[in-house]
Amino acid sequence: MSSETKSTESYVEKPKSLTELRGAIASGAVKATDLAATYYDRIATVNARLNVYLSLTKERALEQAARVDDAAAKGDPLGPLAGIPVGIKDVLVMKGAPATAGSKILKGYHPPYDATAVTKLEAAGAVLLGKINCDEFAMGSSNENSAYGPVRNPVDTERVPGGSSGGSAAAVAANMAVATLGTDTGGSIRQPASFCGVVGVLPTYGRVSRYGLIAFASSLDRVGPFAANVRDAATLLGVIAGHDPKDATSSPAPVPDYAGESDKPVEGLRIGVPAEYFGEGLDPEVRAAIESGIDALKAAGCAVKPISLPHTRYAIPTYYLVATAEASANLARFDGVRYGYRSPASETLAAMYRHSRDEGFGAEVKRRILLGTYALSAGYYDAYYLKAQQVRRLLAEEFLRAFADVDAIVTPTSPVPAFKLGEKTGDPLAMYLADIYTVTASLAGICGVTVPCGTTGAGLPVGMQVLAVHLNEGTAFRVARAVEAAKG
Amino acid sequence: MSAKVTVEDVERVAELANLELALGETESMLHDLNAILEHVAELNELDTSGVEPLAQVNELKGAGGASVLRPDAREASLDRAAVMQEAPETDQAFFKVPKVIER
Repeated sequence: MSSETKSTESYVEKPKSLTELRGAIASGAVKATDLAATYYDRIATVNARLNVYLSLTKERALEQAARVDDAAAKGDPLGPLAGIPVGIKDVLVMKGAPATAGSKILKGYHPPYDATAVTKLEAAGAVLLGKINCDEFAMGSSNENSAYGPVRNPVDTERVPGGSSGGSAAAVAANMAVATLGTDTGGSIRQPASFCGVVGVLPTYGRVSRYGLIAFASSLDRVGPFAANVRDAATLLGVIAGHDPKDATSSPAPVPDYAGESDKPVEGLRIGVPAEYFGEGLDPEVRAAIESGIDALKAAGCAVKPISLPHTRYAIPTYYLVATAEASANLARFDGVRYGYRSPASETLAAMYRHSRDEGFGAEVKRRILLGTYALSAGYYDAYYLKAQQVRRLLAEEFLRAFADVDAIVTPTSPVPAFKLGEKTGDPLAMYLADIYTVTASLAGICGVTVPCGTTGAGLPVGMQVLAVHLNEGTAFRVARAVEAAKG
Repeated sequence: MSAKVTVEDVERVAELANLELALGETESMLHDLNAILEHVAELNELDTSGVEPLAQVNELKGAGGASVLRPDAREASLDRAAVMQEAPETDQAFFKVPKVIER
C-alpha cells in the first residue's frame, strides 16, 4: 500500500490564507475580479488532467467579484469571505447552473433555485467559481463512480482523491479554489481531505442546512467546508452554519465564532484515543503518522488517555443498511418525469420509469438502491433496517458516554493513504470497508475535523480525524489547530 | 438474517425499485448483495432486544434540538415556467408522460 512509490506528477499548490486574501481585497491591493480571473486561468491549465470542475459559473462569479470590488473601493463593510474564490460540490444546487450530482440521470438539469449554503456564501462575499466533480449521488469513496470520469489526486495523479467529495478536496490541494463545499454522509468530506492533504469539516448533523442538497441519506447527509488550513475552514463553517426555516432538521442553536474558538490553546483538554481505531487493517505508516500527531498534542499540554468504543466494528454494516435504505427512498424521485434524463421511445409509463433509471444510474447507485430496497422490503425490514437503527442507537450512546470523560477523540481518518485508480473498483465490499473510521461519527451525528498529520514515506498525505460531541465544533477546531501547528 | 439472496429476489427487488437490470447485471448484483449481506449479518451478534431504534440523531441529548417547523403560512413557490423548462416533456402547464392505461 503506502510502501509503494508515488508517481512524480504533482499539482499541489497551497492557496493563500483567507486573512491574507481578504485583507488584500479590502485594501484594494488585489481586485476580486483579478483574483477570480487568476483562478479561472489556473483551472484552465490543470482541469484537463485533474477533472475537478464539471462546469464553471464564470458570469455569476465575475458579477459577484465586481460587486466586492465596488464595495471595497467605496469603503463599504465587506463580508468575511469578500472576494474569496470558492468551489461547490455538484450535489448542491446553484440557480441556473448545471447540477449533475455526478450522474447521467441529471445531465442537462439547471435547477431554478440556490441551496441555502450557496446563498450564505454569496451573502458573505464569496465568489463561486463553479460546480465540482464527485461520486454519483455522493456514493463512493474514490470519486471513480462519477458518470463524468474520475478526479485525479493532485498529490499523485495515478491515485484517487478519495470520495465522494474528491473533487472538492482536490480543488483546494491544487489551488483551484481557496475553499470548497463538500458533503459527508459516511466520510465523504473527511476521507478525501485525508487523501489530498487538506482540512475537511464534518459539522454536527443539522448544523448546516441541507436545503438545496440533492439527497442521498437524509438522516446522515451533512454539508461542510474544505480549506487549506484549520482557521479558514472554521471561518467557512461560521458562514454556512445556522438554522434554516427550509430545513426542519437544521439546529436552532446559536452559531459560535468558530475561527475565534480555533485560536484558543489546547492545554488541559482531555483527548481520547480509541483502541478500536488502531487495530487490524491499519497501514503501519498511517499509524506512525497519527501517533506522532498524538505525541504533539501531549507536548501541547493535552491529557491523552486510551478509551474503548467496542461497537465500532458494527458501524459499517449499520451504515450500509441505514444509508442504502434512505437512498432507495430518496432516489425514487429520479423517474424521467420532472427533470433530467428520460429514456426515449418507451411505450408505457412503467417502461419509461425503468428504462430511464436503468440508463441514467451507474452500477454503484443501482447496487445501493437494490440493497436499500431489499432491507426495507416485507419480511426483511425487522431483520435489517430496524436492527440497524437499534445498533445505531448503541453506537451513538457509546460516543455520548465516551464524551463524558474526554473533550475530543482522535483517530486516523482512513486506514490507508490514497490508493491507486482502479485498485478497489472490482470489489464493492472492500471499498465500503475503507470507511471504517468515518461512518461511526456519521451514525452518531457528532462533528469532526480532518487535519493533515504528516505523510507516508512516499509522500502521501495522512489525515487525523478529530471528533467532538454534538455542536462542539469549536473544540475539534482547537485540537486540529494544535495538530496543524506541529505537523502541517 | 443470513438467508442467501436468489436471482428471483434480485429481480423482485429490482421491480420494486423500478430498476431494469441489463443482461448479466443481475448476476453481478446477486454476487455483490450476497457478499454485503454476509458482512451485515455480523449485526446478529448483538442483542438489541429492548433497544429503541434511532431514526434521527436530533433526539439525542445535546444533539441540536428537535425539529423546528416553520409557520404554516402561504409563500411563493418556484416559478412554474422555470420548473417546466427542466422537464423532458410538458405542455407548459403539465408534465407529459407515455400512455398509462391502454384502451
